[in-house]
Amino acid sequence: MSHYFHSVSVDVDKCDGRRRCMRVCPTQAIRIRNGKAVILEEKCIDCGECIKACPNEAIVVLTDPIGELNRFKYTVAVPSPALYAQFGRSILPDKILAGLKKIGFDDTHDLAITCGDTSLAIEHFLEEYSGPKPLISNCCPSVVSLIQVRYPQLVDHIIPIKLPKRLAAKEIKERKSKELGLKPDEIGTFYITPCPVKMIAIKQPPSEEECYLDGAISIADIYGPLLSALESEDKGNYRKSLESICILGIGWAVAGGMHRTQGLKNVLDVSGITEIITTFDDIERGKLQNVDLVVAYTCPQGCVGGSLTVENRYISYNKILRLLETLEQENIEACRDKREIRERYRRKYFHMQQKYEPRPIQALDEDLGKAIKKREKKQRIYDSLPKVDCGICGAPTCLTFAEDVVKGDTQLSDCIFNVPSRFKELTSELSRLLDTFGSMGEGKGRKPRKEKRRKKS
Amino acid sequence: MVSRYDLSHAFGIKGGNFAKAGSVSIDIKEILRELGIDPAIVRRAAIAAYEAEMNVVMYADKGEMVLRLNPKAIRITLEDEGPGIKDIEMAMQEGYSTATEEIREMGFGAGMGLPNIKKNADVFELKSTVGKGTSYNIIIYLNSTEKT
Repeated sequence: MSHYFHSVSVDVDKCDGRRRCMRVCPTQAIRIRNGKAVILEEKCIDCGECIKACPNEAIVVLTDPIGELNRFKYTVAVPSPALYAQFGRSILPDKILAGLKKIGFDDTHDLAITCGDTSLAIEHFLEEYSGPKPLISNCCPSVVSLIQVRYPQLVDHIIPIKLPKRLAAKEIKERKSKELGLKPDEIGTFYITPCPVKMIAIKQPPSEEECYLDGAISIADIYGPLLSALESEDKGNYRKSLESICILGIGWAVAGGMHRTQGLKNVLDVSGITEIITTFDDIERGKLQNVDLVVAYTCPQGCVGGSLTVENRYISYNKILRLLETLEQENIEACRDKREIRERYRRKYFHMQQKYEPRPIQALDEDLGKAIKKREKKQRIYDSLPKVDCGICGAPTCLTFAEDVVKGDTQLSDCIFNVPSRFKELTSELSRLLDTFGSMGEGKGRKPRKEKRRKKS
Repeated sequence: MVSRYDLSHAFGIKGGNFAKAGSVSIDIKEILRELGIDPAIVRRAAIAAYEAEMNVVMYADKGEMVLRLNPKAIRITLEDEGPGIKDIEMAMQEGYSTATEEIREMGFGAGMGLPNIKKNADVFELKSTVGKGTSYNIIIYLNSTEKT
């Protein structure tokens, strides 16, 4: 079995097997084995639902501590536009970028600008695209994983345009190493992330392409220091701050944002994993072919709803929306020159060199005949189960339990509902044994009676 | 022609039940996927099953769909009780539909259902008795060389 890098893992010392993570996992990737949560690698899509569900903070996210900055001679922060939504409405992106410098970064890069570039590239891509529809945005890596695992047939629908943070990191390294006379690996580029899944794109890029990001720091980790840095920040000129915002990019933080700022007509915005599954089921059945692009975020409301954010997702969603409204009213765009972007697009600057590959879940058996037998067995087991999905066995549903039994990962006796019948079996076994011992104690010459008794039962 | 099937699974479909519409084809997809069938074939089977299922939901009173499988082919049959199809040749044409205005408003009944089954199946047979019902026989080969 191939191994996939995951951004979440279980701290076994903290985990006390309370099953909350197991119940919320949308892909049934968590089991409780020997009282501890276990994440099944091939099923996990790194959505981060388990992190918020755990009362013991036992789900560990592999982000980098701020101390990592010391590893580099020069550091650049690349914040997700979702960071801009974490503070009060009067605190605009340029102030937040200045705050990041105060807490230790040598420089910052406004990712919203690269997102804006990418929006334009997507527009060009849609214009010349003639393959199967709808296309699906790759902006949420969890959605990409979901497709690779559950909808392998839809990988061709994923838009093959590079992610903004990776384009930005490459650009930063190239520009800064020239400007400062440093080697690219002496410059540290750090993504400020709203969710754990964005780590995947850094540690295990979806394709073999090189990634120039050196690490990711969670918004939750940086929030405290950044907030105090912002307090001492001069409010400055609001209008001037507003004029530095790229409207096309800022919308990437929320579901529906990209669509709204670009004025694309046939785009469907979906957020939340259950909604996405319903929509992808439809796409797989050949529906939604009249839709050009589906932009899906596994976190409700988009990246502002990420599990490593601080502000209430609806408040931060509203903040971005208000900001978009203001920018629209004031006619502020502050994005890069469209002709230049078109030129770059023609040079294939935005195109991914490699396609996304499916990673379908393992079949019950490699041999179809055996797989069919196993499925029948699974069905028989499932039919015998109470179907209440109590989770006491350590599997989230009776169906997954039946599957685990067939795969040999667990035993049928782990189902608590089997205990009464098992108890009955044991008691009758015990009384039979007691009977035998009892008659043995009654001495010789009474064998016929014992035999008689046996016939009765 | 394939005669013996190792797996056989029956599903009931209720006419007019739009709330549950599509659930049978999802179940079929899940079964085929967990058996390790090639994703491209799973998708063809899911689309064919979905279109057939929707025909019961939209036009018939009830129906029973049966999924059968052996190492050579997937066979999906459907028997429904309903008005039947008057002119099968017409019904097989793209864009031909007898759907009501209400159904069309819901985004269904665009007259692509039967042609879509035909497109995705290796064998598609349709028999109908007006006033009684329709029977579908859909076969998709697992190995493309089986076709000949």
